[in-house]
Amino acid sequence: MIEAGTTGFTAQCYELYALPPLGSLVKTGHIYGIVCLATTSSLEPGRKPIARGKDEASEEDIYRSSPQLSKLLKSEFQSLIVGYREDGRLCHYLPPEPARIHSFVYACPAEEMREFSRSLDFLNLLLNTPVPVPAEELVSACLRRMSRAQEDPDAFLVAAGKELAARLSGEFQLLKSILGRLK
Amino acid sequence: MSERLGMVTSGSLEKGIEVRLDGAVSVEDMAVGRYVTIEGNKRRFFGMIRDVSLGVTDPLITASPPDLTDPLMAQVLAGTATFGLLHVAPYLTIGGDAESLLEGPQPVKTVPSHFSLVNLASQEDIELVFGGEDEKRFFIGNPLDMETKICLNLPEFVKRSNGIFGKSGTGKTFLTRILLIGLLQKSAAVNLIFDMHNEYGWSGTSESGRPVKALKQLFPSRVAVFTLDEENSRRRGVNTDFVVKIGYGEIEPEDISLLRQTLNLTEPAVEAVYQLRRRFGKGWLQSAVDLKETEESAELLKEMSIHESTFQNLQRGLATIQRLPFMVSSAPDNAVKRILSYLDQGINVVLEFGRYTDITAYILVANLLSRRIHSQYRERTERSMGENATPPTPLVITIEEAHRFLNPEIASNTIFGTIAREMRKYNVSLLVIDQRPSGIDPEVMSQMGTKITCLLDNERDVDAVLAGASGKSALKAVLARLEAKQQALIFGHALPMPIVVRTREYGSPQSYRDFGDNREERKQQTQQDIEELWD
Repeated sequence: MIEAGTTGFTAQCYELYALPPLGSLVKTGHIYGIVCLATTSSLEPGRKPIARGKDEASEEDIYRSSPQLSKLLKSEFQSLIVGYREDGRLCHYLPPEPARIHSFVYACPAEEMREFSRSLDFLNLLLNTPVPVPAEELVSACLRRMSRAQEDPDAFLVAAGKELAARLSGEFQLLKSILGRLK
Repeated sequence: MSERLGMVTSGSLEKGIEVRLDGAVSVEDMAVGRYVTIEGNKRRFFGMIRDVSLGVTDPLITASPPDLTDPLMAQVLAGTATFGLLHVAPYLTIGGDAESLLEGPQPVKTVPSHFSLVNLASQEDIELVFGGEDEKRFFIGNPLDMETKICLNLPEFVKRSNGIFGKSGTGKTFLTRILLIGLLQKSAAVNLIFDMHNEYGWSGTSESGRPVKALKQLFPSRVAVFTLDEENSRRRGVNTDFVVKIGYGEIEPEDISLLRQTLNLTEPAVEAVYQLRRRFGKGWLQSAVDLKETEESAELLKEMSIHESTFQNLQRGLATIQRLPFMVSSAPDNAVKRILSYLDQGINVVLEFGRYTDITAYILVANLLSRRIHSQYRERTERSMGENATPPTPLVITIEEAHRFLNPEIASNTIFGTIAREMRKYNVSLLVIDQRPSGIDPEVMSQMGTKITCLLDNERDVDAVLAGASGKSALKAVLARLEAKQQALIFGHALPMPIVVRTREYGSPQSYRDFGDNREERKQQTQQDIEELWD
């Protein structure tokens, strides 16, 4: 964890490119987040990477011939807070305090994902918090991932779709594009 | 048992209640005329679906329709962004406490609260509202898509004049026949039926031409068939009880004034009739027809200030009456007395018109007989009131083509207009059968207790039938969507709320058994049981 706020947090990966996928459920301490943006960039903001590998045969060869690269680059991801656990109970709304810097962030296993997605109230946070990616992309990516953890993915998608339809009653185009991305 | 449909989203007592359908319920399964129950917080409501519509949350969705070949899209949108709406007309309520449960359903005076659950009415609900078949209630048909029996409270039914309407070929006659059987079985009333097309006495024909049994065949001991046309009845193999002949002397000026339109008489000609009656007394008709064009008679007419052309016009009309084969110069027996004596014994009388289906004959005879019978009834009722005796048995007079008797111009003159208006004061009520209810005097229509109507498609007829009914617009939608056969909308006095029924079956051996009078059988069975007990 390298940056924490009320609505989201940013974490840096220990390994370069070991990023959790977009829309996946992660947790830090008792707080749950959905990965909404991932970046890989230079460690120092002033030093930009330059194009390499003109004479190399493959991408791997570049990293092999310049091993310092993995130390000069960093992979970071932003998560949107969608709930937390309090006294063993899952709450699908914002926690009272943000997470702490340097706390560890874990990807949630399928089991936990199933438990978390039993209620679809988190969609509200997902839809209403400003995020750097289009909302339909984030929501659909998240639901796609969650559906894979379900015993009956289709039923889950229909239920989630209905929940969305209710929340997006005046925004049919948005609903349509989300549903279109759930396939 | 009950099926959840959706929930109440808005509504008013006057305009009805809007119900949003659940996603799982298809609008295509709904039908106007069906019953729903609404579970309010404190009471239950009964209502009828009067309209079904489609709703969307976002108007954009209609502008760019979604691709419903995508099953996910279709499933998600059903019941959320797109949904079905029911428009329900509330009719009755039952309170939740024990007292109101005992009282039974009451007319609705409020609407259910927001988001009350709406269910399809179950068989039990329908039975609760309409009551099961019993001593007083007669099974008339089933509600749409249900097997529950809808029963009419017949003693209540005959307390007012009633009407059966519907355009021709919608099953009015069948319905009437069923109803008459019911009246025969379950009410204290006797019937006098003016059977224009010979359908109620001995046998009738179904739409497919198949003969069906009528009253006399089913209840030989309780029905008497009178006929105006003996020859015709005999040819049809009908066992008649009495041949009705009408003497000239029995025709009163009022009868002629009723026939003004059918006989094409002028207003002065009708006036002249009264003068002739005063002049010649009972034999006026014969005298008037016999009056030749002599100087003497011209003098006579002048004396009565009747114009010659008027008199000719009248003579032509009277000749038409005289030509009717059942008219005789003096009747051998008094038809009215005969009819009354049968009615007094509780025997129902069907008067067949045989070949004389001409409207002149029908109006003349029906009016003439009814007037005398009514005046007898009136006398007796008044006497019974004075002497504290039992009043005469309630009488129901069935007339067809009622708009000819009860149109606004003559309704006030005919006895039927009087009977319809004075209701049951003298224990006589009407059962009016008609295909053009718009032709009936609105005043008479408004006095009808229960109206049973098959499909009507003329706007004016529909309006006439529904005039004064509560929730008229709702009923209008239902009435317009009745099937052309075997379906009828019943509303009014004898029912707690309007209902669409599929009339019960008539014409099969089983149906005859169901209708048949099995009291005798039962008596015999009891007797047998008692005997066996002693053996």
